[in-house]
Amino acid sequence: MQVNENKEFRPKIVAFCCNWCSYAGADLAGTNRLNYPVDVKIIRVPCSCRVNPMFILRAFQRGADGVIMCGCHPGDCHYTSGNYFARRRMTLLFSMLDFMGIERERTRVEWVSAAEGAKFAATMNEFVETVTKLGENKRLEDLRCKKQ
Amino acid sequence: MQEAVIKRAKELLADGTVNRIVGWKSGEFAYDTTPAVFTSAEEIDAGFIYNDFCAPNLSKYLIKESRKEGKLLVFLKPCDTYSFNQLIKEHRIIRDNVYIIAVPCRGKVDIDTVKATGIKGIIGMESDGETVTVKTLYGDTSIPKSETHGDKCKTCKSKKHVIYDEIIGEDGEVNDDGARFELVEKLEMMTADERYDFWRGELSKCIRCNACRNVCPACSCENCVFDNPDSGIAQRAATDSFEENMFHLIRSFHVAGRCTDCGECTRVCPQNIPLHLINRKYIKDINEFYGDYQAGSDLETRAPLNAYTFDDCEPNIVYKRGGNE
Repeated sequence: MQVNENKEFRPKIVAFCCNWCSYAGADLAGTNRLNYPVDVKIIRVPCSCRVNPMFILRAFQRGADGVIMCGCHPGDCHYTSGNYFARRRMTLLFSMLDFMGIERERTRVEWVSAAEGAKFAATMNEFVETVTKLGENKRLEDLRCKKQ
Repeated sequence: MQEAVIKRAKELLADGTVNRIVGWKSGEFAYDTTPAVFTSAEEIDAGFIYNDFCAPNLSKYLIKESRKEGKLLVFLKPCDTYSFNQLIKEHRIIRDNVYIIAVPCRGKVDIDTVKATGIKGIIGMESDGETVTVKTLYGDTSIPKSETHGDKCKTCKSKKHVIYDEIIGEDGEVNDDGARFELVEKLEMMTADERYDFWRGELSKCIRCNACRNVCPACSCENCVFDNPDSGIAQRAATDSFEENMFHLIRSFHVAGRCTDCGECTRVCPQNIPLHLINRKYIKDINEFYGDYQAGSDLETRAPLNAYTFDDCEPNIVYKRGGNE
């Protein structure tokens, strides 16, 4: 039997990674030859605090099926307190997305340091698996941005 | 009440304490009141009213009005004083230019609630504080005033004025029985699918008139993200489901932690979307995660989104919390 690989669902994942930790963590995962899915598209931000809630919604609008934000562990922020503010902001935003009925597994925050290449790869593998199970993002999509 | 208010307004105008008054006047219908500026005793006689239909929150008008020359007089209901405090905290109002008279409020009549009872052909309305007499094309009907309150007044958060220069009547009490979160709790207990259907049903009615943004006392930015043509959500026509969701998510997020729960968004919504539920969800979350906080109740406390503690809960608390998957 021939399997048509194109029909298999591959999610689009956007990962916002802090320049000072997770982005370097992703680098480390690469130099350590650790595998994580190509579905993850990394966007580098100067700090997790830079992530405006609109970025996350915009990612969903443009077709993302899951959005993950990675920042420095609380206490380790390069700018002292950025991730503390980001933490409050994202907690409220995710709670609101859940309140609106958007599947709660589509959004996630993980703290990954520059030394945690293995954690980065493991997190991404797990997140992609979760989102693949959920399937295509239907609840927060913009039909005008879909390819016909 | 109206006589006492007008008498005091005229006195302050006559002795030169203030040179103009921000109050309410009757609109096209008696129940349809609108904020207005009065500069003379004659104007006050001609149009000033204060009754059970004066729901508009006057605080936001003071942003521009308090920057003009001379001192002004404003009448604030308990709800409005919270918004006023919040605006002072954000350096939007010049306090020295404002003389506040606190007026008591026992809940305002909500025209949409009256219409929802099935009364048709409304041509006028009167209230004596206990009963509301609705004049219709088919004769008069009376309903108890407590049944004409919108959700905002039914679950009033406070009848206490938090800031004023003088007060007419007696000050009330803060009501913290949590009744205002009942509808939010009901939604939280639903499954994700039910919640999604509920919000899709409500938000799909949105016509992007921006009334909720324009009336909101917390929305006082000079340049709004929704006026930016590059934001992708500035256009008003041809919206799709994403844009309706995004508009309301972003609008409510921008006032999270600053929203005093005055309920103006729901009152002005021409499509009767219960927008205050979105704001109340944020207030409820903030209370649960970061401790009780009421925006505008004082001038010192830091807004919850401008502060942090080292042991705040992690964002994944959302996945672990009650409600259904």
